[in-house]
Amino acid sequence: MNFSEVFKLSNQLCKISPDGKYLANCVQYRLVVRDVNTLQILQLYTCLDQVAHMEWSSDSLFILCAMYKRGLVQVWSLEQPDWHCKIDEGSIGLVSSRWSPDGRHILNTTEFHLRITVWSLCNKSVSYIKYPKACQKGMDFSADGRYVALAERRDCKDHISVFVCDDWHLLRHFEAETQDLAGVEWSPNGCVLAAWDSCLEYKMLLYSLDGRLLSTYSAYEWSLGIKSVAWSPSSQFLAIGSYDEKVRILNHITWKKLVEFEHQATITNSKAVVFKEVEKRPVVPTEDLSIHQIAMGSSLFDTRSKYEIPPLPVQVPVVKPDPDRANPKIGISAVAFSADNRYLATKNDCMPQCVWVWDMRTMGPAAVLEQTAPVRCFAWEPRRARLAFCTGNTKLYLWSPAGCLSVEVAVEGGFQVQSLFWHCSGDSLVLLGKDQLCLCYMATKEEK
Amino acid sequence: MGDWWTPPVMTDPSLGSRELAGVSHVEESPSRHDSPPPTHSSKGLAKHSYSLLTAFCTEENIAQCVVYINQEAATLGLCGVSIETGGTEPSLGAVSALNLLYELLQLQRRGLQTLHDLENQQLKNNSDLDHLQHNNSRLKDQLEHTRRENSGLHEGERQLQLKIQTLQRYLKSEKEEVQKLQSIIASRATQYNHDAKRKERESTKIKERLNQLLVDKRDKRLAIEVVNCVGRADGKRGLWKTNKMEARHEGDMYKALLSEYEGRHQALMQENAELKKLLQLIKKDMVSMLSPQKTSTKVMPPDDSLEQAGGQAGSDPDDEVLECSRDLMEQSCEQAREQLANSIRLQWRRLKTHMQRLDSQVSLAASREQEEVISRRDHEETLTRMKVELQQCTEFIHIQQQLLQQLSFPCDEETAAMLNDGYLLEEKERLKEEWSLFHEQKKNFERERKNFTEAAIRLGREKKTFEEDRALWLKTQFLNLTPFVDRKRPAVSRSATAIGPDPRPRVLSSPAPSCTSSSRTGVSTPVSASLSLPSTTELYRTLQIGPDSRAPGRRGTNRFQSSEIVTKSRLCDSSADCTVFALVREENGAS
Repeated sequence: MNFSEVFKLSNQLCKISPDGKYLANCVQYRLVVRDVNTLQILQLYTCLDQVAHMEWSSDSLFILCAMYKRGLVQVWSLEQPDWHCKIDEGSIGLVSSRWSPDGRHILNTTEFHLRITVWSLCNKSVSYIKYPKACQKGMDFSADGRYVALAERRDCKDHISVFVCDDWHLLRHFEAETQDLAGVEWSPNGCVLAAWDSCLEYKMLLYSLDGRLLSTYSAYEWSLGIKSVAWSPSSQFLAIGSYDEKVRILNHITWKKLVEFEHQATITNSKAVVFKEVEKRPVVPTEDLSIHQIAMGSSLFDTRSKYEIPPLPVQVPVVKPDPDRANPKIGISAVAFSADNRYLATKNDCMPQCVWVWDMRTMGPAAVLEQTAPVRCFAWEPRRARLAFCTGNTKLYLWSPAGCLSVEVAVEGGFQVQSLFWHCSGDSLVLLGKDQLCLCYMATKEEK
Repeated sequence: MGDWWTPPVMTDPSLGSRELAGVSHVEESPSRHDSPPPTHSSKGLAKHSYSLLTAFCTEENIAQCVVYINQEAATLGLCGVSIETGGTEPSLGAVSALNLLYELLQLQRRGLQTLHDLENQQLKNNSDLDHLQHNNSRLKDQLEHTRRENSGLHEGERQLQLKIQTLQRYLKSEKEEVQKLQSIIASRATQYNHDAKRKERESTKIKERLNQLLVDKRDKRLAIEVVNCVGRADGKRGLWKTNKMEARHEGDMYKALLSEYEGRHQALMQENAELKKLLQLIKKDMVSMLSPQKTSTKVMPPDDSLEQAGGQAGSDPDDEVLECSRDLMEQSCEQAREQLANSIRLQWRRLKTHMQRLDSQVSLAASREQEEVISRRDHEETLTRMKVELQQCTEFIHIQQQLLQQLSFPCDEETAAMLNDGYLLEEKERLKEEWSLFHEQKKNFERERKNFTEAAIRLGREKKTFEEDRALWLKTQFLNLTPFVDRKRPAVSRSATAIGPDPRPRVLSSPAPSCTSSSRTGVSTPVSASLSLPSTTELYRTLQIGPDSRAPGRRGTNRFQSSEIVTKSRLCDSSADCTVFALVREENGAS
């Protein structure tokens, strides 16, 4: 495993182009585009202000840089460095900006969610979508990029609109049977739309593309409901993480619950392998403590960690949530399927140091990864069943069905990994620190 | 009448005394009990005193008294006293009087007895009464207690009732409260909803207004600056929004949906086909399992045509079912379902009956076995016998094992013996060596001893010669007194010279015996010539050498060395010895 040199970064803005060739990152008001393989700077763009949001177009030809404070969006072309586009949202303000899947339109959400402005780069045309709802996930493009589902609020009722992305034609518009719609998400095959209510009510609605209500699912009443939702890549399963610290898996035929994954503090299931990270400070002999070594810096004080497999039953550390505070730290906040549909990774907020991995074939726990620090972020490799995660320290952790390992990020000056994401080939990882980034190259088979 | 009346008056005191006695019977009873005889005397005394004091009977009223007594006796059912009037004075018939007296006494005694019994009874009754009273009081206490308890319980019950009532009241009020609160909540909820809706409406209104304003105002900043427009990603031109387009979109959507459903349908079909295959397999298995007998009947010789026909008839439906089910697989589900279900049900029923039959057979067999089975006791007996046998067998095995081990031991011993033999051989060799050494030594020793004996013999001879010489010398001395002195003198001197050189070689040869004696202490020397020879000590003395007389350095040297030396000295001295022997012989010859 190799690590690249460290590059500067601001606002954790770093994206790899969808074709996997370029790496773009923002440093203050500059946008730097590098070649992923050589890491040499290909283009350097200067924006008008500090960039708040950056996004590649789907064809990897354009990069969008949004400066929300100034209500500005700048678009840069990779092919033609001279070409540029500037969109000013004017006095109404800007809170969100994104590409349409065709890479020729930009959707800007104005302040107060007053409207969504759709700007076309093809013909400078502008169109508006009214009544967007301000919620957890109010807009979702289907995986094939043909349709977009939008949560709307009209006449104090939730509605869902489905647009054709090609020409922003309103395909379907229907009322959602929710109290307070919180989010919409297309199934990966683009035929089923999952819509769920806000956390006050456990309600999952499944709509067909043509607006028919396929099914409604509610696990319980009178308690905080859905916190996170994830479709399996095959559209076969819908995983719903809720505030009762459980993940429920719905099947795609009857839309009934298949199984319920409980995140219990005491692990007794012998099928679950518990990997417990144990930190070990290296014992330095006193005679070796020369000035030279002290000058060497942080490597001396680094801790090494390894995984132990404690005997069952294992007690997982639990944080008791404060009931008086808003957004209590409880419930399943993150759910993600591996690319091969085989595994499901979850994180329970009141067990922040643990990542749970579930096997979808046996419908049971496969592994529990107990870290010494709260897990910040986890991501499945796009090709294989390999999970990378970080806890905000100088280590990168990887899990695969073969086992678990922790890798010290071997770069100068103590790189603390705050977030990470995979290159689309699965051969490298981008690690994001607070204001720097570095690439981690997995050892490929040729190298071995 | 006066006569009639007096006696009762007379008897009064007696009665009184009776009463008195009854009252004071506690004091009297001991005397009465302790000394029954004195009662008579006291009675006699009392009688006497009566006669003295009250004088019931005087000389004058004997007759009256007798009459009275008789009357009294009659009332008591006794025979009276007869008066003999034969004499001058009427006298009492002694016999009758005595009888009366006796009977009275008897009566008296009986009365006392009954009195005593009654008293005892009385005492017993008193104690019983006490006991009963005590019991009674206790029961009364208990009753009181239970009553009190009862009242307490009643009180408690009452209080509890009160409490229940209050609680019920509370409950009622709470319920009311809850209802009230619920209604409040509901009203609040509706109000909140209403408010929220109102607010939302307002906000939407404001948003509308804002939108309107934005549109009206024509925000100058709201703009897009593009250097030059970009072509569409697919390279096509944008299309106008028309109904056609709409229709196309719809079509696309339905196409997508359709393809998805078709895909799912295909998957389901595949799954269904697989399940059907499985079903068929199961059916086949079932059929084959259920008709083994039929197949066996089919195999039966063709002579039995009836049987064969029956068998075929029996097997036909199965084949039919199989066939039809196979056909059904290809048929549409709607039609097939019922038939399929029917056939499965049929098969299932058959299976069930088959199972039941098997079960019954098994149970029948079991019952038959039970009948056949030996009685429990026999069984247990055989069991115990078998157990014993088993134990014996195990013991045998143990013994055999032990024996085997023992048998296997000897070979071990053999190896040990082999080893031991090796050691023994080694030791034997060593011993042989030692033995040879010892033999050599022995030989040496023998030689030495021979020398020594020879020396001793020589010494003896020399002594003899010396004695002879002395005798000769004495004779010569004696003869010196005689005129033949001069003639004999040279002979003496010659003998003296002959003796003179003798001691030196002896001294020289002395180391051998000294050394041998020091080394061979405790070894008994063969006493071939010891009887005739002088003892060693004597020898030493005569030789004028002790073990200490030799040089101390020589003593530490080992035997072989000393023996060598001895031999050397011997060789050296041999010539001298020879001369000595020659001399001795000459002397002997001379003597």
